[in-house]
Amino acid sequence: MPNWVRACGANDVDAEDLVRFDHGDRTFAFYRSPGDEYFCTDGLCTHEQVHLADGLVMDYEIECPKHNATFDYRTGEAKRAPACVSLATYPVKIENGSVWIEI
Amino acid sequence: MPNDGYRDYSLTGPNAKASFLGNAEWYASPAPRKRIKELMKRSDRLALTNYGNWLVLVVATGALLVAVWGTAWAWPVALAYGVFYGSGADSRWHETGHGTPFKTRWLNDAFYQLASFMSLRNPHLWRWSHTRHHSETVIVGRDPEIAFPRPPSIRNWVLNLLYIPAITKELGKMVRIAFGNLTDAEKSFLPESEWSKTFAASRAQLLVLSVVGLAAVTLQSWLPIFLIGLPTFYGSWLHHILATTQHAGLAEDVPDHRMNSRTFYLNPFFRFIYSNMNYHIEHHMYPIVPFYNLPALHEEIKADCPSPYGSLWACYREMVPAVLRQQADPNHYIRRPLPAGAGATPAYERPVIAAE
Ligand code: FES
Repeated sequence: MPNWVRACGANDVDAEDLVRFDHGDRTFAFYRSPGDEYFCTDGLCTHEQVHLADGLVMDYEIECPKHNATFDYRTGEAKRAPACVSLATYPVKIENGSVWIEI
Repeated sequence: MPNDGYRDYSLTGPNAKASFLGNAEWYASPAPRKRIKELMKRSDRLALTNYGNWLVLVVATGALLVAVWGTAWAWPVALAYGVFYGSGADSRWHETGHGTPFKTRWLNDAFYQLASFMSLRNPHLWRWSHTRHHSETVIVGRDPEIAFPRPPSIRNWVLNLLYIPAITKELGKMVRIAFGNLTDAEKSFLPESEWSKTFAASRAQLLVLSVVGLAAVTLQSWLPIFLIGLPTFYGSWLHHILATTQHAGLAEDVPDHRMNSRTFYLNPFFRFIYSNMNYHIEHHMYPIVPFYNLPALHEEIKADCPSPYGSLWACYREMVPAVLRQQADPNHYIRRPLPAGAGATPAYERPVIAAE
């Protein structure tokens, strides 16, 4: 049974940026691409568990604020050291101006 | 347990096991996300202007060195060439290692490889060593880049003002790693998945140096090695004099870069050589901000930081007596007063670990 959770309003995140979304004891990063598509990954860097929400989105990549590892936030793929492990990604849908993620 | 100042800086010793500060939340001076986002932005134009000028200066002084080789002019020209080559490359190795100057990734990577070679540093080993330095800055037994372990060796300090022992060590390291040998300390921060790349990089660097050596023998001239390889030895002194200020004499084992790092004002020429690393608190607090935006970041957070030193001289005036005093009193360190209203340093007490 899919569990869709409302993360935020679609306009709560700027284009080419991300916001943090906490649910229970989990934390997620929620992205809006330069082309206005929405994506969601785990919120903590796989290298040393730093919040990606303080990082920099460039095109389709998120750069971790601590040691500059980068991930493709569409697929979660780790693209640059020191991250060696990819991020988990989650399906996203937009309904009535709200963003929902399936967790 | 009484604190007699004993510290074990080894990455495989008791302090390495006792690390708990590493996972602590490091203090960050508050700044609006919107502003930090602006400052994090990369600009190929700004980076290329800086790196292009640097390369032009290296090539121009190198060409001049070739032109005046064999005359008395060769010495002052070599001095200038060495500084652009050795000191200029060292700060640029660091910047491109963070991946922050260029928006275009391959430009960062290409300059990283070039500057790593010019600094005689293994690009993979140093990337990971520096990663640990940023995770656990001046945490005893965890940070592989603590330049002034207490009690500090004044002999090493004086020798290293010319950076020569450190670079000689790097050269030895290059040979060792080219033969596939890593120390336990290196293995403690370099993941196994990186080992083969690390060996290959040292082999490639050694190959280039061998070709340069062969050229010197064939041409019966010192010129090739004065142009490639040797400038790291005779030209890195300026970088080292500047970089000594980064953490020397300041607090250890505290998750607050305002307490363990130094920001000071510096003239534009030295800032060019040093890639603005005089804004060292800012760099550690927000390592994702490229070097050309550090002065603006400094303006943004300075009200929350200790007041910056007015000059390089001011840093040394404070640092030298403190480091001298640490010889007899390893518990001594410089306490940096925070301005009124600044955020408090997170409280941490690290146990003193006795030698096994
Ligand atoms: S914590 Fe993200 S790169 Fe290290």
